[in-house]
Amino acid sequence: MAGAPPLPQPSGLQAWLLSSEPASRWQARLGRGYLGWRAFTKNPLAVLGLAIVILLVLVAILAPLIAPYSPVAGGDLRTERLLPPSGTFWFGTDDQGRDIFSRVVYGSRITLWVVMLVAVIATPIGVMIGTVAGYHGGWIDTVLMRITDIFLAFPRLILALAFVAALGPGIENAIIAISITSWPPYARIARAETLTIRNSDFIAAVKLQGASTPRIIFGHVIPLCISSVIVRVTLDMAGIILTAAGLGFLGLGAQPPMPEWGAMVATGRNYLIDQWWVAAMPGLAIFVVSLGFNLLGDGLRDVLDPKAAK
Amino acid sequence: MMSARSRLSTATLLGLCKDPMLDIQKLKVVYGTGHLRVDAVKDVSFHVEAGAAYGLVGESGSGKSTVLRAICGLAPISAGQVFVDGKEVKEPRDKAFYRTVQMVFQDPYASLHPRHTVDRTLSEPLAIHGERDAEVRILQALREVGLGPSFRFRYPHQLSGGQRQRIAIARALILRPKVLLLDEPTSALDASVQAEILNLLDELRRKMGLTYILVSHDLAVVAHLCERLLVMRHGEGVEETTAVALRTGRASNAYTQELIEASRGFSRDTVKTASAAL
Repeated sequence: MAGAPPLPQPSGLQAWLLSSEPASRWQARLGRGYLGWRAFTKNPLAVLGLAIVILLVLVAILAPLIAPYSPVAGGDLRTERLLPPSGTFWFGTDDQGRDIFSRVVYGSRITLWVVMLVAVIATPIGVMIGTVAGYHGGWIDTVLMRITDIFLAFPRLILALAFVAALGPGIENAIIAISITSWPPYARIARAETLTIRNSDFIAAVKLQGASTPRIIFGHVIPLCISSVIVRVTLDMAGIILTAAGLGFLGLGAQPPMPEWGAMVATGRNYLIDQWWVAAMPGLAIFVVSLGFNLLGDGLRDVLDPKAAK
Repeated sequence: MMSARSRLSTATLLGLCKDPMLDIQKLKVVYGTGHLRVDAVKDVSFHVEAGAAYGLVGESGSGKSTVLRAICGLAPISAGQVFVDGKEVKEPRDKAFYRTVQMVFQDPYASLHPRHTVDRTLSEPLAIHGERDAEVRILQALREVGLGPSFRFRYPHQLSGGQRQRIAIARALILRPKVLLLDEPTSALDASVQAEILNLLDELRRKMGLTYILVSHDLAVVAHLCERLLVMRHGEGVEETTAVALRTGRASNAYTQELIEASRGFSRDTVKTASAAL
């Protein structure tokens, strides 16, 4: 009915997906997903963003197959040090004679690891605190939101620096530090969404069926706030990558000889004028991946969160 | 208290009914304190026999919906008592209460979860109460409200207003309650659909022996569905009357008479009287 606009030539699969009378749970879900996908693909930049993110994932998985050299073992310092990009060394070599292309390829694993862990740690914390605070209101809301305010008051990089300084440098500690500083905005968004939902009739209706509070929060409130949080997390990914790279650059993130992009830029700093490729190649990788996440986030916002789109 | 008891015994003596399914005694609902205090409902008492339909009528802000919300626990009971099936309701309500009393909301566009299919909406109450054979019961619930199995996996945005309200009714009935609270169930629908839903409600009541409390500002709707009704104004019960009296235009209370006049819609006489008074 309302959900399926007439199409020029609906093929069998398309008709099945757009059916206004789905015959199973799966068909309904897939049909919904397909409509979202159609809206998403209308935005070519968003598709480019998605392509970049998929490329990052593929490169990270297939790194040993793609990289022609070892990312950590140094080359011959007399003949292979600081070579410019060429057919042999696509991105040139660094001061240890290592192939920069191989290091960038392996560095994608670290970047993806950071991004995934931060998303997996920070998003649930933020969503739980936000929805519980918003749904309960009263003193629970006050306490949880004041804690959130305290974390929001710290500048992210400075707090991450303090954490890394306290826990010791290393990529894991950098991830923990970034996660601790990135959940408060998610809690705010989840709370704001929950406040608009909690007094609606469909929540009252499920309350009148005798549903417990956890059931209402997990089954009815979170599905409605999660999309705007996902959009925000995706848009934040660029910032997270930059923070991780910044910590690496300052020597507080990944430690040598790990091929972390930020740390690679830091080593390239010494040769910036004469051997630009040492800093520029990992810098370019940071730029492309951050841009990819930003474009993807914009596209997701248009699909998942039409209110926030202009 | 005394009056309620004497009224009850009179009813029993007259043999009009068994015990009332729902008995509201001196119900008060108060929001806020100090100068923000709002007395939404003041000392409202009425009772409904099993299998009967009772109307609450009044203009916006008369507290009629608040009475419903207080019965089912969405609004606080500040004073007075509510008895359902002879038992006083507890705060907070237990699961047994929710199996007995269910509610249908005014706006079918707001009362269904936008991300849940009809299937999910209907299976939720069954899951909460640990009911088995959800498959059969969902299909049966759809059939009861006149919808086929083809509606089962649709999302609310794929349904019309009337279909949504049918789903909301199916959801309320799937636990086999004895009392159904209807909060203006037709006011968000257009006229032809209104009639369909009212007839469906009427039919379901007779088939399942349900007890209804219907809140409406529409006298015609109340007169169609209910036997007795309470006219409310400013949180107070003004007059308890019958649908027959309403249809014949007999009302002892001036305010009720005014409502009946208003429900006849625009009439030249009313305007003439009003302009003569000016």
